[in-house]
Amino acid sequence: MIDWTSWMDYGFMRAAFLAVLIITPLFGLLGTMIVNKKMAYFSDALGHSALTGIAVGIVFGISDTSLSMVVFAVVFALLLNQIGRTNTASTDTVISVFSSCSVAIGLAILSKGGNFSKYAGLLVGDILSITGREIGYLAVIFFVTVIFWLFGFNALNAACIHRTLAKSNRIPVALLDNLFAVLVALIVMLSIKWVGILIINALLILPAASSRNLSDNMREYHLFSVLFSVFAGIVGLLVSYYTNVATGPMIVIIASVIYFATFWYHHKQTRVSGKASGNQE
Amino acid sequence: MLDNMRKIVPPCGFHCIRINHLGVRFSDQVVLEDVNLHIHCGSLNAVIGKNGAGKSTLVRAILDDIPHTGQIEFRDTKDGRMQKLKIGYVPQSINIEKNTPVSVYDLIASYRFRYPVFLPKKRKIYEQIQKSLSVFDAEELIDRKVCNLSGGQLQRVLLSMAIMDEPNLLLLDEPVSGIDQTGMERFYQTMDHLKRHYDLAIILISHDLDYVAKYADHVILLDQTVQKQGTVREVYTSPEFERIFSVGLEEQDD
Repeated sequence: MIDWTSWMDYGFMRAAFLAVLIITPLFGLLGTMIVNKKMAYFSDALGHSALTGIAVGIVFGISDTSLSMVVFAVVFALLLNQIGRTNTASTDTVISVFSSCSVAIGLAILSKGGNFSKYAGLLVGDILSITGREIGYLAVIFFVTVIFWLFGFNALNAACIHRTLAKSNRIPVALLDNLFAVLVALIVMLSIKWVGILIINALLILPAASSRNLSDNMREYHLFSVLFSVFAGIVGLLVSYYTNVATGPMIVIIASVIYFATFWYHHKQTRVSGKASGNQE
Repeated sequence: MLDNMRKIVPPCGFHCIRINHLGVRFSDQVVLEDVNLHIHCGSLNAVIGKNGAGKSTLVRAILDDIPHTGQIEFRDTKDGRMQKLKIGYVPQSINIEKNTPVSVYDLIASYRFRYPVFLPKKRKIYEQIQKSLSVFDAEELIDRKVCNLSGGQLQRVLLSMAIMDEPNLLLLDEPVSGIDQTGMERFYQTMDHLKRHYDLAIILISHDLDYVAKYADHVILLDQTVQKQGTVREVYTSPEFERIFSVGLEEQDD
């Protein structure tokens, strides 16, 4: 018989639980816009840039590599945004080139002298090692994001749907793009130690992608995305505790199961409504 | 059908928009140069020309979306007072692919209101959007997903949004693509009604020379610069028109 409350006896589990409650709604929110703007590539590249950020910090002798990581990610995000705007070549190709290059430089520096194993933990993350102070940082960024979402989401959505139309409505399109990119960079960097480079993008994309399968409007889209994200986070954490598996991957597995379920449901719905309405269109 | 709009002000005929020496170049390629237009309120102005003549560039320059030279003035010819030009823009298409959870309410509220669209709908905003949609017989579309609308329906939604804050100039960028014959006729009748009953001028980029002949007050033949402008008869019988469209009228369809 499993004791369903035993995890609460451990301080690290309570901290992890609190962290999950802060991180997952954020990812659910941001994911809605990342999916709509087709920025999956962007957030993926951003996640990988964490390694480079740490490497840059080590090279310049900065004691707190988290700081160099955040600064590098913000610069990198703005750079990628700029590339996307000057659509000279295919954007995804250019982003891919920059991303691969920066990851390679990061890996090269970090693996010098055979020390890479020190950083390998970053790939899958470890939410159980989070401290109260770090939860504090997350709470601050949570607050900032909610404010930005309340005041900026409409304009962000308008700019995503049609840039020129948004500009003609006096919406500062470029500024919003940059703010959004910086916000994504901050959140990815502050949570990457707990979630892991390899899975952070899945957590950003999966809840929103699942929600798209069920939603007809922005209210449903946000609601389901946040719900799925929080649900996957909590269930993933508890399952990982009882099965002794890393938390990050377990959360992504749960989120993936949700995605496939909604995909199947959506597929069934469209077939049914297609039959019912016949050849109306 | 348009009479339930809140503010119906018949065109006064005294407002005019002047576009002076407008020019656009991309790096070292001249796309538009020395474009001069004089647009009166209450008139339907059709811009025609071959593909690549700079029609869409003209729209983007008027919207100030791309760097350009020259000025756009909006003034009252009675007292010569300069005013701020409000432009209602209807894009050709919007960037919403299949399965995107954006309803017509979400679309319009995102552009026109500050209240976040992801929070529960506000009755007042909902009714205001419904009212403006009803101008184009589109009020029943308010809760539909934008990605499932037909070309004609989407266009009526975008038109409703464009005239919401009573613009002085309605700018339409090749709006008729993806609409059938009845839809086209209906669209041009709507344009006709708008210019007669609202205090605004319309600049319409068009591919369809027959509809332009039937409805436009002023025709602008564009090819890098204004080749010829005037009434339908003046432009259609000009040598410039002959030269540009002489290859065969069947080409007008693309």
